[in-house]
Amino acid sequence: MQAPQLPTSQVEQPKESRFSPYQNNGGTCLALAGADFCIIAADSRLSLGYSILSRNTPKVAQLTTKTCIASSGCNADMVTLQKYLKFKIQMYLHQHGKEMSTPAVAQMLATTLYHRRFFPYYTFNIVGGLDQNGEGCVFSYDAIGCFERLKYTVSGSGHALIEPFLDNLVAYKNTDNKPTIERSCDETLELVKDIFSSAGERDIYTGDFVDIYIIDKNGTRYEQFPLKKD
Amino acid sequence: MKTKPVAEPSTRTQQPIVTGTGVLGIKYNGGVMLACDTLGSYGSLARFRTVKRLEKVGDFTVVGASGDLSDFQKISSMLREMSTSDSAYDDGCNMTPRDIHQYLGRVMYNRRNKFDPLWNELVVAGFRDGKPFLGAVDLIGTMYEDDIIATSFGNYVCLPLMRKAGTNLSKEEAKQVMENCLRVLYYRNTKSSTKIQIATVSAEGVEIGEPFEISTYWGYSAFQHTEYHGKRL
Repeated sequence: MQAPQLPTSQVEQPKESRFSPYQNNGGTCLALAGADFCIIAADSRLSLGYSILSRNTPKVAQLTTKTCIASSGCNADMVTLQKYLKFKIQMYLHQHGKEMSTPAVAQMLATTLYHRRFFPYYTFNIVGGLDQNGEGCVFSYDAIGCFERLKYTVSGSGHALIEPFLDNLVAYKNTDNKPTIERSCDETLELVKDIFSSAGERDIYTGDFVDIYIIDKNGTRYEQFPLKKD
Repeated sequence: MKTKPVAEPSTRTQQPIVTGTGVLGIKYNGGVMLACDTLGSYGSLARFRTVKRLEKVGDFTVVGASGDLSDFQKISSMLREMSTSDSAYDDGCNMTPRDIHQYLGRVMYNRRNKFDPLWNELVVAGFRDGKPFLGAVDLIGTMYEDDIIATSFGNYVCLPLMRKAGTNLSKEEAKQVMENCLRVLYYRNTKSSTKIQIATVSAEGVEIGEPFEISTYWGYSAFQHTEYHGKRL
């Protein structure tokens, strides 16, 4: 049977601006894991098109004493997702009398994202912290919940700028300069600052400040690092 | 003539009808100030000349709105209902400006999830426990706090002027900045008017001023069209 013909109008339809439920507010997230520490960082610029809506809107949230999340993309989805995760983690604490481990938080985030498979949270997340053995760990995600445990990762608007440098400077890919000693926490922190300063030069959606969380066996330390405001 | 098929009937997705433009918010020494004009535009028609777009919520907060004015009236009635029940509990516990900002953010996000948005950009200003609050919410549910906020066209025209002025201002200076920003906005934004309203929130409480006219000056050489006049005056 043939499908019924839709009636057609004689006049051209006026252009209609349709409502879009998504906005790209930009931003870059970065996490690096060491043997016994983890550094997780994101810039604090909130952009919309060529405008800067705010210079000081954090993208990193501390979820437990040894887990942090950083999210870029759509601010509305980011706020909602982080609020939801904090709520679930608090309920876990009440029900089980202990904190959720970082790999457990990572799995929960994946499940949460996939629940919205057909109306996704438009966020690019990174989870960083220490695992049950006190080892630094980083989890990288796509917007619909595919995830992977890694040693380092970057996501958001500065992704394409930073990733190849991390491949070279952290994983020592495409080089013969393989050092025998691992980078210390302080050296890694300097690397993170340099990376964000450089990304801020080329990516208009990265700038203003970097919120850095340094997680080690002593707990979590916060540091704010200024970037160029242009 | 080639014809296009009729678009699917739309039942929920809407467009703003009667709209208000830019709302400005700035922190100053000892308080927060909101300012906007009082024009309700119907497309490019200046339809309603005195529409108040600043709403007091509770004892410490003012909400200002740009975008669809009927949606703002709906939001206002929701906020009024909420603050009535809040005070009816009589438990000495009131919603803070930040609470109201978060509430509005959830409402807006919830409506966008239903593809039935409340077509507004809202600015929340408040003063509680000696601390000023200034936050913004939009129709998607984007939420942020800052010292300086401007919505819609004001984001392009007024925000740079406000950043230049800074936040180390007295109340009188802040008022001058706001008036000047709305004047400059009126020069370039076809949907602005010269009838404006200013609200302040400080330790003394909420004060929403009555609408008043601001002056304009059109004698600047940059406003002279040489192509029409032959030469600059």
